[in-house]
Amino acid sequence: MSHGCDAGATSGLSRRDFLCALAGCAAAAAGSCADPTHTPFFRDHLKELTPEDKARLLRELEQEFSARYGKPVEVALDSPRPGVEFAYALDISRCVGCRRCVHACVAENNQSRDPEIQWIRVLEMDKEKGVDFAHADPYYEADTVPRPGHFYVPVACQHCRNAPCVKTCPVGATWQEPDGIVVIDYDWCIGCRCCMAACPYGARHFNWGEPEIPAEQLNPKTHYLGNRPRPKGVVEKCTFCIQRVRAGLYPACVEVCPVGARKFGDLRDPDGEIRYILEHKRVFVLKSELATLPRFYYFFGV
Amino acid sequence: MRTLRAFAEFVLGSLRIVRRGNLLYWAWIAFLLALIVRGVLAYATQLEQGLVATSMRDQVSWAFYIGNFTFLVGVAAAAVLLVIPAYVYHWKPIKEVVVLGECLAISAIAMCGLFVTVDVGRPDRLWHLVPGLGRLNVPNSLLAWDVVVVNGYFVLNLLIATYLLFALYLRKKPDPRFFTPLVLLSIPWAIGIHTVTAFLYNGLAARPFWNSAILAPRFLASAFCSGPAVLLVVMQLLRRFTRFEIQDAAIWKVAELMAYAMGVNLFLLGAEVFKEYYSSTEHLAHMQYMFTGLAGHAPIVPYMWTAVGCSLVAFLLFLVPRTRRSPLTLNLGCFLIWAGVYIEKGMGLIIPGLTPDTLGEIYEYFPSRNELWVSAGIFSIGFLLFTLMVKVATPILLGEFQASVRAEQSGTEASLKPT
Repeated sequence: MSHGCDAGATSGLSRRDFLCALAGCAAAAAGSCADPTHTPFFRDHLKELTPEDKARLLRELEQEFSARYGKPVEVALDSPRPGVEFAYALDISRCVGCRRCVHACVAENNQSRDPEIQWIRVLEMDKEKGVDFAHADPYYEADTVPRPGHFYVPVACQHCRNAPCVKTCPVGATWQEPDGIVVIDYDWCIGCRCCMAACPYGARHFNWGEPEIPAEQLNPKTHYLGNRPRPKGVVEKCTFCIQRVRAGLYPACVEVCPVGARKFGDLRDPDGEIRYILEHKRVFVLKSELATLPRFYYFFGV
Repeated sequence: MRTLRAFAEFVLGSLRIVRRGNLLYWAWIAFLLALIVRGVLAYATQLEQGLVATSMRDQVSWAFYIGNFTFLVGVAAAAVLLVIPAYVYHWKPIKEVVVLGECLAISAIAMCGLFVTVDVGRPDRLWHLVPGLGRLNVPNSLLAWDVVVVNGYFVLNLLIATYLLFALYLRKKPDPRFFTPLVLLSIPWAIGIHTVTAFLYNGLAARPFWNSAILAPRFLASAFCSGPAVLLVVMQLLRRFTRFEIQDAAIWKVAELMAYAMGVNLFLLGAEVFKEYYSSTEHLAHMQYMFTGLAGHAPIVPYMWTAVGCSLVAFLLFLVPRTRRSPLTLNLGCFLIWAGVYIEKGMGLIIPGLTPDTLGEIYEYFPSRNELWVSAGIFSIGFLLFTLMVKVATPILLGEFQASVRAEQSGTEASLKPT
């Protein structure tokens, strides 16, 4: 694991160099034994890396993933597009609870298949009770949906403007990007799970075991802050499909929804679909009393 | 230079002391070492498999480890209950034993650090928490603050205890210019570590069970019962097995203070129970999960009633002067308080706080066997540290382990020569 140490040679003396000098590369190698991703043990925070360091980091990850899965894997780090602020809107009156979004999300975002991680939880609720989490059922099984007397509320990361997870992270491993996406650096997260305790929406998921994805199912087009394969012992969550939306595509869940209940776009585009919904429909956010100010809106289309 | 040499002799002498002991001592040490080995093996399993080796899952993402951490922060903070009467009011009976409280604080904080270490998913990245090397998210993150104050408290107590014992070893009086500010600082700092730890949960609006303004006062009240409970037992053991003369007055005074703390603790719990049950909002679910079970899920209910029973009985035993002065009921009370607070903080704070989860799901958490072994190992490390520290501190306090007279004489000669 010498690259953890020689990488800084081009970018002046960094903390990493200091640590490497201090601990010796033997310690770095020992550390990386416990690290299945073989990322360098000592590295600066992503926001402090030079463009060259970032490029090298991405190349190393690509080599590693390509070797592990036996096919070329791309790890990009596309920046937010200036002037863009993403928002999501979900039509409660259209959603039928088919869970196609859940599975499209897993396929697109390389969640672990075993142990199983899903970023979207679809809650079945009673029409009589309204949006009531205490009586919601995430494990409903049905031959046909929607079931009579029920409606469905899919929940994933709400990308809060006032995000409790970001506030509570002790090491700054999760933050909100200028385009509104709340991201996690899987190589900086220490796995303390403060963010999971803080999140009011159960949106954050922990890699309790070594994540497993069959090679043929791996989506090779990945983003460093999004759907690249994750190591054991770190937290992950929905990123609005950062690898797709920064390239101008819709998130996978929007594309797959058979009833068009899911809408996504740029909040700053005055003629965009999101603005139309916010201005013309009855809109609400989950747990508004907590003042998290989600970028994820629910609305009644009809 | 002379001080350094004396300190080296002090350390060597201490090592000699811990190598001497009767059969009971060695049996205790062997028992602890066996549990430590088992705990290390269990932790190796956890490192290899990941935290899937515990019973924690996304729904209950903190549990037994963090509960133990919280309980032990309280034990550490409780040293202040001895420090105040000893150093602020110069109450002699307690002043003689206060260093034991500091040793307990040091061992408790060591255990706290270990419990956090085994709880994180990436212990190899804990250096991200080191200011200057990593990226500590202050002032926003309460865990970041906790890292700072808990480690600071560890250093502070280590400094106080070492300095005091070393001074006694040299037959000197501690220098008040150096010593008094440290001791005074340790009082608000002790309250600080438990307050910040309470705020860690308290600040999370997503968890209504914790989002209560009396959480920090409750933490302090329960801590002021559980920490001294250990000390009372240790003081009696020392009195029995060594020449240590600990006055009854000291033991009774500590027991009396514990009774008041337990009274406040129970009152605050009652205030929480009233608020939840009377207003009966959706936030009641957490307390129901704790005391009556929720939708047929009741894995922790028997433990919680046991805790309430233990605390109530202990409160009465310590409140009535006659029972608090009888050795039998005193020790029974200590055990009940320890058990009551341990269950309340270990299981009763964390698990109902996370159950049902934020989307209403109920996951029945109960610690896995591996989790229990790891925890037993950590407790054994803490008890081992405490045992060794008490083993060295006792002969120093008794005046049996002191700098040799020859060394002292040569020291005096050396200091006299220049003049």
